[in-house]
Amino acid sequence: MLLSAALFIIGVIGVMVRRNIIIIFMSIELILNAVNINLIAFSYQLQNAIGQVFAIFVIAVAAAEAAVGLGIILAFYRNKETINIDEMNLMRW
Amino acid sequence: MAEAIAFYFISACILGFAVLVISTRDTVHSVLFLVLDFLFVAALYVLLGAQFLAAIQILVYAGGIVVLYLFVVMLVNLKRPPEAHADPHRKTNWGFALSIAVLVELGIVAAYSYARPAPALAAAALPPAPVTGNTEQVGWLLYTSYLIPFEIASMLLLVAMIGAIILAKREL
Amino acid sequence: MVDSVVIPLLKIVIVLNATLVAVTYMVLLERKVIAWAQSRLGPMRVGPYGILQPVADAVKLMIKEDITPVRADRWVFTAAPIISMVPALIVYAVIPFGPKITLFGRQVALYITDINVGLLYIVSVASVGVYGIILAGYASNSKFPLLASLRASAQLISYEVAVTLTLVSVILMSGTLSMVGIVDAQYNQHVWYIVAQPVAFVLVLIGGLAETNRAPFDLPEAEQELTGGFHTEYSGMRFALFFLAEYANMIVVSSVVTTLFLGGWLPPFPNTAALHFLYAIPSWVWFFLKSFCFLYLFIWIRATLPRYRYDQLMALGWKFLIPLAIVNLVVTGIVKVLLL
Repeated sequence: MLLSAALFIIGVIGVMVRRNIIIIFMSIELILNAVNINLIAFSYQLQNAIGQVFAIFVIAVAAAEAAVGLGIILAFYRNKETINIDEMNLMRW
Repeated sequence: MAEAIAFYFISACILGFAVLVISTRDTVHSVLFLVLDFLFVAALYVLLGAQFLAAIQILVYAGGIVVLYLFVVMLVNLKRPPEAHADPHRKTNWGFALSIAVLVELGIVAAYSYARPAPALAAAALPPAPVTGNTEQVGWLLYTSYLIPFEIASMLLLVAMIGAIILAKREL
Repeated sequence: MVDSVVIPLLKIVIVLNATLVAVTYMVLLERKVIAWAQSRLGPMRVGPYGILQPVADAVKLMIKEDITPVRADRWVFTAAPIISMVPALIVYAVIPFGPKITLFGRQVALYITDINVGLLYIVSVASVGVYGIILAGYASNSKFPLLASLRASAQLISYEVAVTLTLVSVILMSGTLSMVGIVDAQYNQHVWYIVAQPVAFVLVLIGGLAETNRAPFDLPEAEQELTGGFHTEYSGMRFALFFLAEYANMIVVSSVVTTLFLGGWLPPFPNTAALHFLYAIPSWVWFFLKSFCFLYLFIWIRATLPRYRYDQLMALGWKFLIPLAIVNLVVTGIVKVLLL
């Protein structure tokens, strides 16, 4: 569990500190993986397969979110030619 | 004993590569470290007895999602990396501070639950499963007790697929 | 100690060596067969009937100059062929060459290991193999390889979906993901799955051709397209690694198709008393015979069919194979519930 907490923190740092939006998305994937590790660890400890079932759902949701997120990035990039999240401000188009 | 060594080695690799993911300048290298990270996480799953999930992790995460990221990175490959110059408006130190705050929060939650262990969860009345292996256990649960979340997840994936196609098309 | 460490290590060494030798001789076999199909003789000079040609090829490739493009990403450039080769080799850990037999008074299983998610492992490892191609194109820092590698990887991941869906119907028939379990299921059901699932067999064969970048889907590496595809900038041993990886992948696909559809090490119509004399031939001989048939089939197809254009290729994968795989899955499910 310490491992998953540490991974979670690394992901959060990544989300907050980097400006490259793709790296932000990847840090979100790191966070989701940390959650998964936690779920599997509990499933192993309590000898119950429910944790693994939930982890499958988390992977499915992560896949959906990655697909849609990258679609949004592509659409944004076509219009504004930047992946710097500071410049992606819809209020100041 | 060997399991403990393996666990510490794999954890060290996972954390090491994660730090590399968020700190490398070059985006493509970042993505590659992410792939390595996922492979080590899959190894961890095997160590924890979740072989089906390990294979799914490699198949979906490392083999699908990160390939998607790699494609987008190559299509968006700018000559000037976004962090070429520091933005005066950006307060990076606040970011670090907030992350430390989250860590402290997690620590408080962990200490709280340690001091007062929650009552053991009453095992839900599961239908008796013909347990012969990890995959069968997971499959049994998925199709009997958790059928509705399963169906909702498939709807979610369908919606995401349609959404991604529409978002990425050049003209609708 | 001996049983759990030494014997698997020995098996790994044997399998890896056999694979590498087989891969180099595949090159010779392909050149010979294509030559015979074109009414000529193929390599004849080196050794009797050209048998030593792979040795000559290997020596040539090893002493060639290793060029790295100037602004290429050095680490990724070096790693890409390795990433291509490793998945092709580690799949052999789960392919069963035969059942447990007694050798020198010891029970030895003719497979390195039998994990209970064997088929899933093979599919996941195949999906990691895509990285080698993407990274090769990217690391070359030049337009042609980059475009070619993106096209190639798009082809690979599209056909991966079709193949995985088809494999699910095989799993439905056998009820287990482990490779040995699938062969055992074919033994218990008295029939090879090629009889029970002909559509799935054809789909996996076509998908396998596309997955390994073999003709008629070999657009990524055709010399007339994009000046040589994703391995344009590679020379010497690295180029050899790419080629070997492709042939190793081909052998892997043949072995997997043999195990899934032709009963692995079982003779035709297994478990029927009338044909019991077929068991006189050792199990692994059956396996190699059948795999060899598929390898020959791959080479035969390359010599015969023209190449698909890229949009035709993608249309075939998405609009034809995937719906067919889904229909096959649904029909298999219905038949299995109603009849068996």
